[in-house]
Amino acid sequence: MATPELWLIFALVFAGTFVWRALGVAIASRINPDGAIFQWVSCVAYAMLAGLISRVLLLPIGTLADTPTLDRAIAMAAGFALFFVFGRHIFAGTIGAFSVFLALTMLRAEGMI
Amino acid sequence: MPFVMVTASMVGFGSLARDSGLTLDITLALSIGLWGLPGQVAMAELHAMGAPIIAIVLASSMGNLRFLPMGLVMMPVFRGDPQAHRWRFVIGQIMAINPWTVFMRRAPQISVPLRFPYYMALAGTCLAGGALGTVAGYILYGSLPFVVTVSLVFLNPAYFVFVFSSVRQRNCIIAVVLGAFTGPLLHQVTPDWSVPLTGLIAGTAAFFLNRWTGGAGGNT
Repeated sequence: MATPELWLIFALVFAGTFVWRALGVAIASRINPDGAIFQWVSCVAYAMLAGLISRVLLLPIGTLADTPTLDRAIAMAAGFALFFVFGRHIFAGTIGAFSVFLALTMLRAEGMI
Repeated sequence: MPFVMVTASMVGFGSLARDSGLTLDITLALSIGLWGLPGQVAMAELHAMGAPIIAIVLASSMGNLRFLPMGLVMMPVFRGDPQAHRWRFVIGQIMAINPWTVFMRRAPQISVPLRFPYYMALAGTCLAGGALGTVAGYILYGSLPFVVTVSLVFLNPAYFVFVFSSVRQRNCIIAVVLGAFTGPLLHQVTPDWSVPLTGLIAGTAAFFLNRWTGGAGGNT
């Protein structure tokens, strides 16, 4: 069971996501998605997420920290190759990266590389 | 196809959440309640780091900001259906990127009164798949060997890299590139606040860079 503090955080993050969903639905007919404010906000959102994800892959904490950076880099490179071969296909890239990463980790565990 | 995508990505999240020390109840609540992977991953990662609550909430909320523009674009499709209007906040709550993409592609071929039931079935199925995947990922993490679990944890961040790589708006591309460089650098300076700060600094820089280089227009 989660602690009350964790449920409090959950309530806050739930509200944090719901506010965008509700706002989008409520003002659907009254906002210009090409406006400057909207553009700035989406830039901030994308930069934040990209920053988080690149940190997770380059400087991981938790289980991922037990794998070599080289393996993660090779897996992502393989994923990108498939991503472009299949015409910017997100699923192909993800499964490719996942498979290569799994294979590399397995080979290391077996002591083959 | 969207069902498979959603389930697979939530298997990854179930494993990642367990790796971050979250309990199953909160992990499932996050999948169903937030129903937006970036916000969920931000919450799990920052909580594992012991970041302040405000930083967690801010990063998680900003991570799911895309639901605002997605809702803006999708709601006009239901125009003329009073039932869909009554249920609009439910429509907004179960919206996710995968069913959204499918719905936006198929809706023009569906008559207006049938769009709402079609959407509810589609988005509802995805939500069920997501819940199933989360529990599966959480349980698998504890019972599979290290090589598999670590790969499942790797699944989510890898997925997002490709999601970002398929972004087409110019301002967003600049923001992604700047953010990807700024994130790890700021993490060395201030781990707790690096995520919101990266967004603010790299995002604002991207916004102005896009303007100055003549890309003031919106979508390309």
